[in-house]
Amino acid sequence: MEVRVNGNTHEVDVSADMPLLWVLRDELGITGPKYGCGIAQCGACTVHVDGVAVRSCQLAVGDLAGGEVLTIEGLGTPDTLHAVQEAWIEHQVAQCGYCQSGQIMQAAALLDRTPAPSDDVIDAVMSGNLCRCGTYPRIRAAVKTAATKLQEV
Amino acid sequence: MSRIGTIARRTFLIGTAAVAGGVAFGTYLVKRPTENPLLDDIADGEAAFNPWVIVNADRVTLIAPHGDKGQGIQSSQAALIAEEMDLEWGDFDVSFGMPSKAYWNTAMAGDVAPFMSTDESRRAETVRGIMGGIFKIVGLQGTGGSTSMPDSFIKLREAGAMARETLKLAASTRTGIPVADLKTKGGAVVLPDGTALKYTELAADAAGLEPVSGTPLCDPSRWRLIGKPMERLDIIAKSTGTLDYGIDLVVPDMVHATVCVNPRQGGSLISYDATAARDMTGVLDIVEVTNGVAVIATNTWYAIQAVNAVEFEWGKAPYPPEQEQHWEAVEAAFSEGSLDSEWRNDGDFGAAIGSVIEGEYRSPYVAHAPLEPLNAIVHVTDDQVEVWSGHQTQGMLVDAVAGVTGHSADQITFHNQWMGGSFGHRLELEHIKQAAEIANQMRGTPVKLTYSREEDFAHDFPRHISMGRARMIIADGKVEGMDLSIAAPSVISSQMGRAGLSVPGPDSQIAAGAWNNPYDIPNYRMRAYRAPELAPVSSWRAVGANAAGFFFDTALDEAIHAAGADPLDERIRLMGHDVSRKVLEAVGEMSSWGGELGPNKGRGIAYVESFGVPTAEVVEVTNTEAGIRIDKVWIALDVGTVVDPVNFENLVQGGVIFGLGHAMNSEITYSDGIAQQSNYHDHEAMRLFQCPEIEVRGLENAEHIRGVGEPPVPPAAPALGNAIFAATGQRIRELPFNKHINFV
Repeated sequence: MEVRVNGNTHEVDVSADMPLLWVLRDELGITGPKYGCGIAQCGACTVHVDGVAVRSCQLAVGDLAGGEVLTIEGLGTPDTLHAVQEAWIEHQVAQCGYCQSGQIMQAAALLDRTPAPSDDVIDAVMSGNLCRCGTYPRIRAAVKTAATKLQEV
Repeated sequence: MSRIGTIARRTFLIGTAAVAGGVAFGTYLVKRPTENPLLDDIADGEAAFNPWVIVNADRVTLIAPHGDKGQGIQSSQAALIAEEMDLEWGDFDVSFGMPSKAYWNTAMAGDVAPFMSTDESRRAETVRGIMGGIFKIVGLQGTGGSTSMPDSFIKLREAGAMARETLKLAASTRTGIPVADLKTKGGAVVLPDGTALKYTELAADAAGLEPVSGTPLCDPSRWRLIGKPMERLDIIAKSTGTLDYGIDLVVPDMVHATVCVNPRQGGSLISYDATAARDMTGVLDIVEVTNGVAVIATNTWYAIQAVNAVEFEWGKAPYPPEQEQHWEAVEAAFSEGSLDSEWRNDGDFGAAIGSVIEGEYRSPYVAHAPLEPLNAIVHVTDDQVEVWSGHQTQGMLVDAVAGVTGHSADQITFHNQWMGGSFGHRLELEHIKQAAEIANQMRGTPVKLTYSREEDFAHDFPRHISMGRARMIIADGKVEGMDLSIAAPSVISSQMGRAGLSVPGPDSQIAAGAWNNPYDIPNYRMRAYRAPELAPVSSWRAVGANAAGFFFDTALDEAIHAAGADPLDERIRLMGHDVSRKVLEAVGEMSSWGGELGPNKGRGIAYVESFGVPTAEVVEVTNTEAGIRIDKVWIALDVGTVVDPVNFENLVQGGVIFGLGHAMNSEITYSDGIAQQSNYHDHEAMRLFQCPEIEVRGLENAEHIRGVGEPPVPPAAPALGNAIFAATGQRIRELPFNKHINFV
């Protein structure tokens, strides 16, 4: 079947019930989305499908139905950073960094829909993404900085 | 395979350049020179004096010999070398150390010595020196115990100074200008006329020189990097999804595997039926490993699906199957026959007079559960083995693989990887041995083993359980005495036992955080009792100080409240250690301790010293109708020197969150010998909406530099419990707190 990821079309030969996460990681070598829990508890696998943040460990590739997948690799690169990534770097959010791909994708989707989120909205939306190192204070600050950056564009 | 070849192959994986025609420097001027792993098999025109710095015609490469599990040690260690070498920040490559005795951890050795970290007596220093010698002989290259910075603070700066001076000598030899007239700046030797000779241009010349040693280190007043905010070298990669962790690596022709091993840890595999699993999509093979089965497939998800379809008959657990039996075994250890050590007997507790209060405390098993599940790639051929994984003890890993495959250590190459967290989980070797077992049955094919999250939880050798019993004596509004007994299985014995080592003498971790605190309680008796080995346990961020620190500080808080004294003032009055007293005073000032609080609010303070770092925390909570809300935390701690204030703040805040989150709601319990918690839904720790504001202050009064990875964790639980008591009047003596009170 065909899968659209970061603007490219890939042909993959896998079971239709394989979660998108494992198509990305083990079939396409796109490893920005991480495996953390497999049951939508940690958010490390978060990608966008047609602009909406989804847990790719829960979406069967057969249910993509032509949806456009965006992973962190497609959001921005070290040379062309997305505003959320710029904010994450400015605040030095990451410790181990393993959850941060998912955190950034979640934050980017949030700011796309809600350009100026309140503290309560940030807390509510970002609480589905677990960080075992405890970078939460910096995540909060970076989301606000990113919101400002995006509004200035 | 040459050792330089090892570096070259690693660089293929992590993107640094190979060594070709250059010079490798380093230091550690010990009485007997230690093996320099960069020195073997050097080609003509190359030279390697030492294990830390490599310069060739293209670039400067620094070796940061500790594992990076998120603490940022690669950046911090690079900064130490770059400071002395006058390198511009980031204008160099960094590589992890390979397994080598040259990289033994001297600081970790010192912390094994049974002396309080505040004890700087000649005897204590002598024993620490002896322990360091033993660690050197065994070459324990470990990352843990918050020792990376203490281990490297001097020797990596010496390495940088040696490299700088040798490059200056090379420039002097070439130009005829005396060394004294040369300066260094921006990765170059600068001549009196301003001409800059880049280090890379001088590499070949320097390769022929004896390294210059004994140069005094740069005075701290002239530091450009140390103590200043610096951008972590990994921050862009970690913010763009471009950093490869061990779990992300791909080796050509690699296959994917996962395992299901008896969830009763250490129990046997009696039989299994893989008939259905063998026919499932993507399955390549199914093989046995010790106490379990591995599925090899074309995709990790296929492997996980198939292993879940295998039917198993498991043997019994080699420990009591039910949690209540574990507690009974710990409780039974409060007896003379189980005394592990009487750590303190200050004054005369038996003769102390006053009113008596008592408390009994419990601390549960807790999982490490770093977000990156355990994984390893192993490639076995008849004459060599390669291993790619993120690990904290490189040398022990090589020995473990050798034990499985029968290769000699020289035939085994280990490529350490970036770790997606550890908290002590990646000290363990079972997953490495399993990956080696699978790959050994498939010689010639690289195998990547990835644990499912459920397998990771089932085999997370957790933090040990522990019980404390305290009697406190109060007189004239003061704490006059404490008699604290702690019973627990030995985490060191369990952990070292799995590595085939036995550690003689008492286990200081049963009592760490209680025996070593520097309070001058007039009558203080502290005894540790050793429970039998129960579920296998492991070092969990800050290890023993979590339980023992919770018991000690909670008991002290109870005594202070019963005495009618102020929790901060009484702790300061009792404190017998200047550096610690300043930490308490700082957190009091930061939090405006003693000021008016709003309705339903309460504050608790706690002090625990672990890994030589005096740490005090104040937690403020509100007792809402729906439960306890943590509003704010203030924390002051003294690590001697703060290398990078930004990373320092991040790690300290993270440590507080780690401590609070698990104290709130996380434990592992056993039933039928199996951990009942299987994923983050039932072992959650803290999520963002529960995270308080956390104000951090790093003090620099202590004489020696210390690490900051662990010390912020232990005071969090007692500070939170003390705050809950202040807000509600409810004293909770058992972790996790949510067994007794709700959180919002």
